[in-house]
This record gives sequence, C-alpha cells and structure tokens, in this order.
Amino acid sequence: MTVVQDVEDSPVVAVADGIAEEAVVPDPPDQPRRIGGLSRTGVLSLCGAAASGLCIAILLFGQLAPLSGAFGFTVVAYATFLTVYAVLTGLEEDGPAIRDKVMTVVLWSAASVLFSGLVLVVGFTLWRGREALPHWNFFTQDMQAAGPLDPLSNGGIAHAMLGTLIMISIALAITVPLGLACAVYLNQIPGGFSRFVRTIVEAMTALPSIVAGLMVYATWILGLGLQKSGLAAGFAISVMMLPIVIRAADVVLRLVPGTLTEAAEALGAPRWRTVWHVILPTARSGLATAVILGTARGIGETSPVLLTAGFTAALNADPTAGPMISLPLAVFSFVKSPEPTMIARGFGAAAVLMALVLVLFTIARLIGGRGAGHRSKGQARRAARASRRDVQRFDDLHAPALPLFDGENH
Amino acid sequence: MSSADASASAEADSEPWRSEDPVRPTAVRGFGDRVFRRQLTAAGVTVLAIMAAVGVFLLLRATAALKVTGFSFLTTAQWQPDVHHFGIAAVLTGTLLIALVAVAVSFPLALGTALFISDVAPRGLRRTLVAMVDLMAAVPSVVYGLWGLFFLQTHVIGLSRWLSQWLGWIPFLHVDGAQPGEPLASSSVYTASTFVAGLVVALMVAPIQCSVMREVFAQAPVGEREGAYALGATRWGVIRAVVLPYGRGGMIGGTMLGLGRALGETIAVYLIISPVFTIQPHILQTGANSVSSLIALHYGDASDFGMSALMAAGLALFLLTLAVNFTASSVVARSRSGAQSEA
Repeated sequence: MTVVQDVEDSPVVAVADGIAEEAVVPDPPDQPRRIGGLSRTGVLSLCGAAASGLCIAILLFGQLAPLSGAFGFTVVAYATFLTVYAVLTGLEEDGPAIRDKVMTVVLWSAASVLFSGLVLVVGFTLWRGREALPHWNFFTQDMQAAGPLDPLSNGGIAHAMLGTLIMISIALAITVPLGLACAVYLNQIPGGFSRFVRTIVEAMTALPSIVAGLMVYATWILGLGLQKSGLAAGFAISVMMLPIVIRAADVVLRLVPGTLTEAAEALGAPRWRTVWHVILPTARSGLATAVILGTARGIGETSPVLLTAGFTAALNADPTAGPMISLPLAVFSFVKSPEPTMIARGFGAAAVLMALVLVLFTIARLIGGRGAGHRSKGQARRAARASRRDVQRFDDLHAPALPLFDGENH
Repeated sequence: MSSADASASAEADSEPWRSEDPVRPTAVRGFGDRVFRRQLTAAGVTVLAIMAAVGVFLLLRATAALKVTGFSFLTTAQWQPDVHHFGIAAVLTGTLLIALVAVAVSFPLALGTALFISDVAPRGLRRTLVAMVDLMAAVPSVVYGLWGLFFLQTHVIGLSRWLSQWLGWIPFLHVDGAQPGEPLASSSVYTASTFVAGLVVALMVAPIQCSVMREVFAQAPVGEREGAYALGATRWGVIRAVVLPYGRGGMIGGTMLGLGRALGETIAVYLIISPVFTIQPHILQTGANSVSSLIALHYGDASDFGMSALMAAGLALFLLTLAVNFTASSVVARSRSGAQSEA
C-alpha cells in the first residue's frame, strides 16, 4: 500500500509546487538492491563495529562503571557492536537496508550460538574421555573385578558395549519389520483408520522415554512377573523407537513418484509386487536413513533401560535372564559416583557412545543423501546391466520366428 | 506359437478403442494382494495396540494410588506414598518451569537458525548445516546431561548471579539467601537450579524446533518471495513480509513439539537438579524437580503402592505431553494444507 502511495504522491507534489518543478533534479538511475553478499565497506564497518563494541565494553567494565561478570561483558559488547554497526551502515544506506544488515548479523549470531553449543557438547565429551580411552582394557574388560578406587588400567565397559549391541538388535528386530510395514500401510491403504493411526503415531513421536520404560515395567515385570533383563530393555527401546521410525519412513515413502507406481500397475502388477519391487527399492536409501536415525536415538536413551534392564557390573550375553547394562546407563551410573576415576570412566563411555552415534549418523548421511529415485553410479550401472540382460532375453526368445514384427506372414 | 495367436486375435478384434462403450478396467484383487493387505492392516493395528497399551497399562497400575488420593493428587506437593501423603503439585510445576525456561531460550535460537539456514546462509553451506542440526537432535541425552553437570553448571553461575543481582526484583528471578554485594559469597545457592536444567534442555529441544521451522520456511512460495524482491524489498523485508507470515503455523507447531520433548526429558534433568518437594517458583535458586526425574529417583526403592503412585505420576506426564503433541501436530498440519498459494 505504501509503495503505491509513494509513487502517486511525488508527481502531485511536484506539479503543485511550481518553483520546485523548474528546479527538479533528474532522479539517479535505479540501482538494483544488493541482496546478500559482502561489500568492502560492509566488511570494514563490521570490523570497526566489532572493535568499538569490544573497546567500549572493556572501558565500561574495567574503568568507568562498576560492572562485572563475563556474561554481562558479552551482552554489553554485543549490544554496542550492533548499535555501532547500525550507525555505520546508516551513513550510506536507507532504513530498510540498515534493518536488513543488522538482522543478518543477528541471524548469523543465533546460528553460531546454536552450532557452537553442539561443538561444545561433543568436543567436551570427547576431550574429557581422553583419560579413559587410551587404556585398551577399557574396551575388553567389565567392571566385575574393578572397584571405584581402582586405577583406569583395571576394568572397562565391555559389558555395557555388549549390552547396547544386544538391546539395539532386539529393538531393531522388532521395529524394522513392524515399523516399515506400518509405514507402507499408512501409504498404501488410505482411509479413516490409517489416518487415525498416523495421528496417533505422530503424537507418540515425542513420547517421554521414561513413560516407555514405565509401560514395559508395568506389563513385563509387574504384570507377567518376569525379572529385569535385556529383553525387557529391548522392548522398552522398541516402544520408544517405533513412532520415530514409522514417521520418518512414512515421509520417505510419500516422496516415491506416483508415475512409477502407475507404470507398475499399468503393466498389470498386483499391489504387493508394486510395493515389493518398485516402491521399497525406490525409497531404499531414505528408509535406511529412517532406520539408522531411529537407531541413533534408541542407542542413546537411558531412561527406558534404567527401569527395565537392572544393573550389573558383569558381562552378561543372555538377554533373557539376568540384569544387563547399556552404554548410556553405564555413563549414568559411573558419573553418580564421586570418585574421579569413575567419572573418567563415565566420560570414556560417553565418548564411545558419542562416537557410535556419529558413525551411525555419517552412514545415514552417506546412503540417505539422495532423494527417492535418485541412484548412485553403481546402482545405475547395475540397472543398465539388468535391462541389457532383459533385452538379450527377449531377443533370444523371439529371434527364431521373429513373431513380434512379422506376425502377418504366419 | 502363442504370440502368433495373440497377434491374430488382435487383428480379428478390430480396434476395440473405437467402440461406443469404453472398456472400463476393473480392479481385481488376487489372492496375494488380499494376504498383503491383511498383513499391512495387521501391522497398523499392532502399532496402534502398542501405543494404546502405554496408556491403558499406566492407567491400570495407577488406579490403586489414584483411588487413595483422589483429587488431592493434583494439589499435594509432598511425595510420601507410604504414608499416603503424595501428589504431583511440586513436580508438575517443576516440569512446566523447566520446559518453559527451555522453550524461552530455545525459541529465539531455533527461529534464528531456521531463518539463517533457509534464507541467509551461503547455498553451499546449507546441507551441512541441516545435517548438523539433525546430528544435534541425535546426541544422546545423557551426553547433554554430562555437559550440563560438569561444564555448564560451573560457567553459568556468573550469569545466574548477574541476573539475580540486576533483575532480582522480578519475583521468579529472586534468589533467597543470595548476597549480591559479597564477592566471596558461596555460589551454591545458584547451582542445581531450574535455570541450569532449562538451559541444557533448551539445547536438546532447539534442533527439533529448528528442523520443523526450517521445513516450513523452505516451503514459502517462491513467487511471493520474488515478488517482494521485485518491489525492492531487502532480504529481511522478504523474511518479515513473506516467510514469517507463511511459516507461522510451523513456528507454533515446532515450538510445541519442542515443548513436548522438554516436558518428558529425564536423564539430563535428573543429573543436574537437586530435588525439592515444595513448589519452587524461583528459577535461579538451587532446587527443582520434574515428574520424570521423580520416577527415575524413586522407582528403585518403591513399595508396590509407591510404584502405583509413580505410575500415576507417569500417567499425568503422558497425558500432558500427548495433549501438547496433538495440538502441535494439528497446528503444523493445518498450516501446511491451508497455506497453498499460487506462485
């Protein structure tokens, strides 16, 4: 609205004001607005503003005002930096451009705060884990023979690593078939009921993990009277992972191009063949990503395991009997101890856990970076080879009589 | 031989597509398809049954405790189930306060980062940034808890002191027993507080909020963006005029999804807070509580009745998060379906 008014106003004013009409200065040619990018003045004023913000904050905190504290210093320095930057930009630009420049800096800062949080969390864990990790026994022994006062050269987390492996395998054995089948159901059999299932699953993605643990505790341990075991923990992790896997897989399956499905059906394929040979292979990389990301979440959850797996310091490879421990639970119980060596073990286990999540995440990115229907070079080559084989097969079938093209002669 | 037959019959059947009544293909479901559909439906029903079982079994186990206390379950702050004097007034307010601190801190961060990724960041960097946000959501909560306990706690005391010193006149930022003028005063009144726990949870929920917001922002219609640029808007002008109004549903829904996650966070909160069973509205002061850490703290030494009381607390948490999540997903869904605009 304001734009239109501006355009209409200026000629009216010019005509009404006779004197101004003669002295009218030709407008400077329209300059397209620069969007993004850095100019030399921009960089210079950023540096100048940063320097002056820092100096004013040092001056205020050191000499002039009774202020103190690292946080207050940062806030004052940042606010001064923004103000000075706005003023500097205002020397040669108009209002909207000033707001744009200042807000761009603010957005950059928000993103850097968040990402530096990530770097701090991961880096701090790996850094504090450096005491325990160089000891080889840390990976090969359990804590059965090691007391809280023993040095790091005695005892390790082999029992927790094995426990995590067993629990996540149980959880995967449940969630992968069930979760993928449910995602295919949501996509392939539309209707009121599947919409209802989808709503429930979406609401359950943020199910508090301790509630999943409580549910298995209520049914498995209180209801059926069984003891805490790795199997119960696997069930608890599955309850927590199912909605995450279903939701991610559902999103991926929705991206499969409809033309592919239609082509399969036009060739007369029944629905199950279409799903099995067209939809699932097309979405394979996305489905793998969904499963791996769900695994990364499931591996790291402590609270369902806390309620259902019990606690042990010994290696236990049998998920059906006896307590079992997982990596996050081991971290949790290590750092509750006041002994520095136990805390060092806790950080070591946390670093191993973090490394595991990082590896899973990298694998997920590597195979899941492509959308549905985009193939890697190897896949494309295999597909080309398969279709050459098909052409060959057809030729072999029809070569003797050439019935396809010379049908009339017979 | 058979192909010769087929071509012969095709010639005999003179151009069926020219005939008056078109041939309508009918869907014939073979045996395989019927079995397939039944299996898929069974999978859907199983998943639904598992999800329903969560609520049903919690309710079954909680009835013993709820029958004893009745309505006072919601108003009692103490937790002494063995003498039948317990309630979730303190833990529920504690949970809400931690979640509110978390959302208040994470919302600007998540919004800024989402806008940064969708509009400001250099194009080559965007995929990496998206992956980093996803990675942040996958970091185990116990790792965040460790970081909060051993790193953030010691570094945030200065901030807590600063806030209580300058803004202590605001009721919820007040700290009992703080000595603002004393440089050597003990800093233990500031540790293990709602605020520290909220900061850690904020870092955990920010990536969830950020990825929902970014997805919605990326869907803002290109035509409207370009129209705004053509009218001479700056990048911030486009964000204000096109991206933010379009993405409002995603912002609200993403924030609430983060809130749902923050309400249920257990281990990080458990590691940081020192539990108190009074309603503690001073977020900077030591002592806080939450439903999930109450369960994690007491499940080991609980009697049968005490376990039932914990189940009741878990049920309350479950219903609360379910309500928040339902609202969130319906807000997100509505914003996406209703906001289709012609580019």
